[in-house]
Amino acid sequence: MIEVLIYVLISFGFLCFLRVIYGPTMADRMVAIDIFGIVVVGICALLVIKTGRLFLIDVAIAWIVLGFIATITLAKYLTRRKLDE
Amino acid sequence: MNNVSIILLIVGVTFDFFGCIGLLRLPDVYNRLQAATKCVTLGTCSILLALFFHYGFTGVGIKALLAIPLLFFASTVGAHALIRGSYKFGIKLFDRTVIDDYKEAEK
Repeated sequence: MIEVLIYVLISFGFLCFLRVIYGPTMADRMVAIDIFGIVVVGICALLVIKTGRLFLIDVAIAWIVLGFIATITLAKYLTRRKLDE
Repeated sequence: MNNVSIILLIVGVTFDFFGCIGLLRLPDVYNRLQAATKCVTLGTCSILLALFFHYGFTGVGIKALLAIPLLFFASTVGAHALIRGSYKFGIKLFDRTVIDDYKEAEK
């Protein structure tokens, strides 16, 4: 059952990449990459249960923080300000 | 796997599905970010909670429990910043939008 849920979540990741390909503006693409990161966190949590390799939860936490930093950086870039203001 | 974990996993994957459908089908960036961020955050938090109920109070369970508020606050703060940035950048709203409160608040 866990394998089926992992494949379903991978297909959701490909749905997010459709929005990355067809998105008309830059903000659309960034939203899709953000959502893809959150889906990957779910895939890591399911892989912990499936394979029993416990370090994958650390990968999930690191992915959350990196996605947050990427989103904040693009938001600051869209408001046309310097990063240290 | 106990029953609580299985139910939480299925609820989480279902909400992820709703979020990805909203990301594909809604008309402009504001609607997409609203639907996708709420649904996918709730779905992934539910999957992490299922991991906690599966492992209990071990190292992995505590890390999964700590990842839930981290993901929740990171996702909501990032969505707010991205919406504000794209409004300042001048991305148009959907042409059947009824109300624009932010423009009136700027005056």
